[in-house]
Parts: sequence; structure tokens; C-alpha cells
Amino acid sequence: MGRYILYRLLSAVPVVLGITVIVFFIMSLIPGDPATAILGAYASPENVARLNADLGLDKPMVQRYFIWLGNMLTGDFGRSFSLNRPVLDEILERFSATLILAGVSLLICAVLGIVAGVVSAARQYGLADKAITLAVLVGISIPSFFLGMLLILIFAVQLRWLPVSGMYEVYGGRTLVDLLRHIILPATALAAVATGVVARLSRGAMLEVLRQDYIRTARAKGVSETGVIWRHALRAAMVSIIPVLGIQAGFVLSGAVYIEVVFQWPGVGRMLVDAILKRDLLLVQGGVTFVAACYVLFNIIVDVAQSLIDPRIKA
Amino acid sequence: MRLFLTLLFRNRLAALGAVLLLALVLLCLVVPLLPLADPNVTDTPNKFLRPFSEGHLLGTDHLGRDLLSRLLWGTRLSLAVGVAAAAAAAFFGTLIGICAGYFGGWIDNGLMRLIDMIMAFPYILLALAIVAALGPGMLNALIAVAAVNVPFFARNIRGISVGLTAREFIDAARLSGQGHARIIVTELLPNVLPVIIVAISTTIGWMVLETAGLSFLGLGSQPPQADLGSMLGEARAALIAAPHTLIVPGAMIFVIVMSINLLGDGLRDALDPRLRSGALARPSPVTRIARPAPPPAETPARGVLDLDGLTTRFEVGAQVYKAVSDVSLTLGKGECLGLIGESGSGKSVTALSVTGLVASPPGVIAGGAARLDGVDLLSLPYRDLRGLRGRRIAYIFQDPLSTLHPLYRIGDQMVEAIRVHRKMPLAEARARCLDLLRTVQIPNAESRLSAYPHELSGGMRQRVGIAMALVNDPEVIIADEPTTALDVTVQAQVLALLDRLRRERGLSILFITHDFGVVGQLCDRVAVMYAGQIVEEGPTASILAAPAHPYTRRLIACVPELGGGRRQLAAIPGLPPAVNRLPAGCAFAPRCDRARPDCQRDPIALRVSGPRAARCLYPEEALS
Ligand code: SF4
Repeated sequence: MGRYILYRLLSAVPVVLGITVIVFFIMSLIPGDPATAILGAYASPENVARLNADLGLDKPMVQRYFIWLGNMLTGDFGRSFSLNRPVLDEILERFSATLILAGVSLLICAVLGIVAGVVSAARQYGLADKAITLAVLVGISIPSFFLGMLLILIFAVQLRWLPVSGMYEVYGGRTLVDLLRHIILPATALAAVATGVVARLSRGAMLEVLRQDYIRTARAKGVSETGVIWRHALRAAMVSIIPVLGIQAGFVLSGAVYIEVVFQWPGVGRMLVDAILKRDLLLVQGGVTFVAACYVLFNIIVDVAQSLIDPRIKA
Repeated sequence: MRLFLTLLFRNRLAALGAVLLLALVLLCLVVPLLPLADPNVTDTPNKFLRPFSEGHLLGTDHLGRDLLSRLLWGTRLSLAVGVAAAAAAAFFGTLIGICAGYFGGWIDNGLMRLIDMIMAFPYILLALAIVAALGPGMLNALIAVAAVNVPFFARNIRGISVGLTAREFIDAARLSGQGHARIIVTELLPNVLPVIIVAISTTIGWMVLETAGLSFLGLGSQPPQADLGSMLGEARAALIAAPHTLIVPGAMIFVIVMSINLLGDGLRDALDPRLRSGALARPSPVTRIARPAPPPAETPARGVLDLDGLTTRFEVGAQVYKAVSDVSLTLGKGECLGLIGESGSGKSVTALSVTGLVASPPGVIAGGAARLDGVDLLSLPYRDLRGLRGRRIAYIFQDPLSTLHPLYRIGDQMVEAIRVHRKMPLAEARARCLDLLRTVQIPNAESRLSAYPHELSGGMRQRVGIAMALVNDPEVIIADEPTTALDVTVQAQVLALLDRLRRERGLSILFITHDFGVVGQLCDRVAVMYAGQIVEEGPTASILAAPAHPYTRRLIACVPELGGGRRQLAAIPGLPPAVNRLPAGCAFAPRCDRARPDCQRDPIALRVSGPRAARCLYPEEALS
């Protein structure tokens, strides 16, 4: 197992390098002189020259890439001019907020999605199946940012059950209860689409598995239907559900950008949007690279989880 | 194509989606012709008018602009951008995919590596980076969304192209000296076009949503231009004051995406052959039982297990496959009864019908009874039947690689078989399983308990299957071709093991096989099945010595002399009849060398004489 993890980590290195190349390439697409683009047309020539030197723009592209890469490896992501603080500090702070939000959403979508899928398969063409299918259809069709605002309108504005936005009360003790109250709406809005996808896929995977010979064996042993569904079939279906959870994690992370904007969640997605609008390109560059690298890492975790649940995968 | 459309429209939801979508597209096309207010004219005194107010059917937004007009123009823009993004992604994705698939080699490698890299990003990060570099704006948002979707198309198209490139017509075109570009355009492209269209149809809703999302973030369409996303973005500031400015564009996006999803699902279902054949239906815990007249619940038992006129069918659409027709058998205490026939003869279905294990749908038990000590199992309520399964009647299946659960350890699967029927401490159950593994002669039994099925050899797995059947000391064991997957020496060992167990434990075994050699080694009596019917029955020695039914004789002839190499079933020319089109008379007639005209006229009865019976008008051996 240790060797497998090491192998996966090593094989992720070229992927992460590729990510940095792509990000760097995209950022070099900026039309015109980036320093002017960043500072605006009315910037003083000295400032432009200084920023150009800061960004190393006077050097050739390949050299610039390696300088940037080298700096990142030593933890220097540059300095955000709009926030006037090191990019990495800002990213780490924001990313933890995003992780909390995305993590809770992923949990919701995994638990709810799998349960819904299993129930749906177990009651194929029954009332529960139809209800779930309909809910799934609505869930995957409703844009998360629209759903988020609807939830605010209903549960925060009309019913006043939950706070409108933010991660903590402004004058609060940043308690867990406070966090939970704040996270319910955004996490729900963020989880909706992924839950639908997971439910749908779990249903399909379960139906596939339920026709396998070893399910018949379980029945021949006298295993109860509950045991057949939840112990035998679900375990086998997890083999195809887990990779989808991995893919959905990417979608949840992406959707978090919208949800963070809607709910004023202090996460990395909102940071990126603000940075783009303020043309704080170093922050964008660093943020995108960092989050993408974390996502690669996450996918390795998913693969390891997969090999844990399926002994047939040679670890 | 016709069939495809009917299938699509049989799915009413998909049809609804198609109609909605068509209506929306038409509406968007005629927007410029409609008598709408200018979507961009502001009228601040009249801001936030509610829907249905004078002159503004859907009310106005925060600048007093007419919402209906903005909605329609916005929908038009959003759809157009979504379609354009999909087209662009499809174009570049196809280009990359075809090049990779057609040229192969390092071009393929390089392109696919690049695609993998791009796919390593959570898609929105890439889109954000592109917009960051190019600057906010509708066109740039379109480029970003198209770019992040290129890999999806490239991957799909490459897969198809690789397959197509290997086909003869591409080779032929190459040999005839056509240029690469020409081959790609005239030979390859037409063949991948359907895939492209399906891929577009499944992603277009997604692209509409994504461009709207970027606009919502303020990175797409810029004021005063309206698209659905920017309308939602503007509504956010006035969420409390004027919820209708949120609901109007939100509902529109919802309707668009939902109708595209409905249509896409319909497309997928229509293209999926498994849905049509019902191969994705969930099998119920017990085979569906639809017997015209329920048999008497209890009758005096003849043997431990009595099958009485058992009839099982498969109903697939309008087709009815008569897999088992009116099969009656008696398995005595301590007896081993062989049930023999070619594959498709209905022997396995007979075995599974006994405890209602035939997958249903499509299986239906349409008549007869299966009695254990005189009690009809098929009349029992599910709870009672389940209590019998594995406890009083246990199965040994063919090919334990697929019949043992691949993800649970051997020991856990065996322990479960005990503990579903009675409370037993875990340690005791494990000890019992260990004991049984030793009984079936598994070396290192202790370590095998924690092995997974795929870690054992075929012979070992089969022994595990046997041990698992024995855990509850059943009275009856139904062994469904337990040795077919094994090589000859292992097969002999397993048979010897079964024979020993039977004698030691007084087991009654129903042994299903296609091999008379196996029957000869193990079974006291044998019943021969053909096309769902018993065609001959009797003591093994007597039948082996003098088969009455021509089919039985042929089956026996398939067994090679001792040491004469592998058995060949192909030795019987012809195929058994399809059980959904059984002939009126003898089902074996087309393959029978003794057939005469009257064989094909009426159903032939099973003629009993003493311990033997045969279903033949002109038997090989006259039964006295
Ligand atoms: S009934 Fe006629 S056709 Fe059928 S097996 Fe006997 S001889 Fe052959």
C-alpha cells in the first residue's frame, strides 16, 4: 500500500508540472503589456517599470517560467497588489474556508446521493423511485447560484431560520454551532447538482450489480433483502461510485466559486473572482495553480480509497 | 432513424423536453420581431415594478427596464452563446481527437497527454484563468467555456477514430493513394459525426449554464447587455426588495437546462440497447409466481424434494420463452439425482426455480410445485422461503469466481451464511467454517479464511463453494455444474469429495451437468432434459447401458473413453430449438436420425415403465 501511494504521488509530479505550464501559458496570453494591464492606463512609468521587473517581464518567457516555478517551490507565490500581502498567505486562509464548504457539500452529496440511488434501485419503478428520479432531475437542472439565492430568500429572508451570508457572525466567537448555522444553506445549494448525479449513477450501478451471480448466491444463502441490497450490492457498486465521487469533487470545487459569491463565503473562489475583476493577476495565477495542485492530490486520495475497497486492484 | 425517433418519443418526458426546447428556440428566433420594449432603456422612477403591472408583464428591474424584454433578449443571447461555445468546443475537440486517433503514435501521445493535463483542472479554474488573462466580456467567457470543454470532445472522438482507423475502408483509402486530409474529411468525419452530435446534445445545456455562470460572476456579459446570468447577478443585489427579478431569469435557466436534460436522457435511453431488452431491470428477491391454479399446499412426500409439473418461463416483451415445461422429478433421501442436458436445455432454470432464484423479470414460474418434505416452497411466504434457502436447501454454483462476492473475504462470506439463519458467536462460526474448509481439503485453511476469491485457484474456489453450501448442514444440495470450469484432474477430486460428503452426511444431491461421464461417477439416477422437458429418466447404470431416447444415446456417445482427451459436445450435430418457438411434436425431431413424420405432429408423452421413462415414439430400446 505504501509503495502504491508513493507511486501515485510520483506520477502526479508531471501532472502538476503540466498544470503550472498551462497556467503560465494562459497568463502569457494577456494582450499588451501586463504591467500596464495590471496597473491601468494612467500608471506612472516608474511603477510600470518596477512591476515589470518584479514580474521578471524583462526576461525571456522560458526563463520567466522557471523563476516563477522556483519561487513557488520555495513558498514564494509573489505579492498581491490589491490586498498588499503575500499571495500564499491569502490563498491558504481562503482555501481552508473553501475546503470546509466543499467538504461538507461532498459529504452531503455522497451520503444523500448514494442512499437515494440505492433506494431508487431497490424500488425500481416504484413510487420512491419515481419521486427520487424527479427530484434528481430538478436537482441537476437548477443552477447552483439560482438555488442558493432561492434558499436565501426562503430560509433566511422569509423564514429567518438561518443567516443570509458569511461564514461566522461578525461579532461572534467563531463557534462550531455558528459555523454550522452558516454552512447549511451554501452547502445544500452547492451539493444539489452533485447529489443528483451521484444518485443517478448509484442507481445505475446498483441495478447493474443486482444482476450479478454473486447476488444470486447471497439470496441462495438466505440473506435478507436488506442485507442483499446494503451489504452485498452496495459494496460492489461502490467500486463504480467512488470514482464518480472523485469527479464530483471537482464539480463541487468549481461550483463553490458561485456559491461563495452568492453567500459571501470567504473562500478561494470568491477571492479569484475579485482578483480577476481587480486584475490582480499574480493572485489569480497563484490561486489557480494551488487549487489545481490540491485537486490532483485529492484524486490520488480517491484512487487510494478505491484500492482499499476493491482488493482486486493490485496495490 | 425511424425506430430511434419512435423510441425517443415513446419516452414522454424526452418528448416534453424536445417540445419545450423547440418552442424556446423558436421564441428566441422571433424575438426581434416581437413588439417588446427596448431591453436597455432605463426608467428609474418605475424600478422594481411587480409582475403584471401596467405595460410590464413581468415587471421591471432595478433600473426600471422591462423584464420581459430583457428576459427574451437575454435568453436569446444565452442560448446563442451556449450553442456557439458548444460548436467551438466540438470543432476543436473533433480536430484534436481525429488527428490523435488517425495519426496515432507520438502525435496521439502528445495530444492526449495535453488533454489529460487540462482535465486535471477543476474546469472552472481553467475558465477563470482564461477570463483573467483575456479580461471579462461575453466573447472571452465564450472562449473560456469552449476551451475547457474541448478535452471532453477530443477524448470521445479520439476513441472512435482509433477504432475506425483500424478498419479496412481506411486502409483501402490509404492504399489508393488518397491524402490524409481527404481521408479524414471523406471517410472518417462522416462516421464520427453521430458521436459528435450526441456529445453536443449532452453538453450544450452545460455550456449555457457555464456561460450564464460567468456572466453571473460579472465576468461574462457586461452592462447594459442582458443575458440570463447577468440578470441573476443584478438580481442578487435586490434579492430582498424585488425577488421577482431573481425568479424570472432563474426559472428560465431552469426550464432550458431541464428540457435539455430531459432530451439528453431520452437520447441516451433510446440508444441504450440494455434498456430495451430489460437487462437493467432489478431482479426481485423471489421469482414472480403466476400459477393459474395453486397446487395443494401439502401432499404426501415421495422423496425429500419433489418437483411436480414445474413450469418456468421468461417473458421478454411479447416473447415467451418456455425454459422449463412441466418438469416432475423426485429426489430421495441420500440420493444423488443427475439432471443432464446441453446448455439452454432448462436444467439450471429448473434448479433455480426450486427456491425461486430465477431472475425476475423476466422469469416467471407459471405452474407446478416444488415440495420439500411435502411442503410447496413456492407457496411459502417470502420470509419462510428465505429461512429455508441455504439452511435446508443449499446451492453450489458453477464458476465461483463470479458467484462468490469479489469484495468480501472467504471467511466472512461463509460466516454470513451461518449467521443469517441463527445467532452464533463470531468465533464459533469462524471455527466451524475453518473446520469445513479442512473437510473439503483446502490446504492452509486458516489463511484461506482471510483470502479473497480472486486469490484462490479455480479448484480451491469450488471447494469453498462446497464448504459454504455445507455450513448449515442442509438436507438437499443443488449443485449446478460445479465442476464444469475445472480441469479434468481437479474435477475428479471435487467429484470424489462430493461423493464422500454425500455418503458421510446422508445428503440428497440434485446434480446438474452436461456431462454423462460425471453422471456415471456420481449419480444413482439420472434425468435427461431437452428443450425444457424431461425426455428420459431412470437408474444411471440402466440408462448408460441401454439408452432409450435418441438424444440420450447421443449425449452418452459424447463421453470419450477413459483417458481419451476432452469431451466434445459438438458431437451432436445441430442446435436445440429456440424455446420461444417450440415445435408441436418432438423437440428433438430436427436432429433425430430416427425421426418419422408423426413425431412432429402432437406432443409426446413421457412413457413410464418400471424405474425408467422416456419421451419418444420410436425409442432406441423398447422399455418393457
Ligand atoms: S419422438 Fe421421434 S423424433 Fe423424437 S426422439 Fe423419438 S424418434 Fe426422434
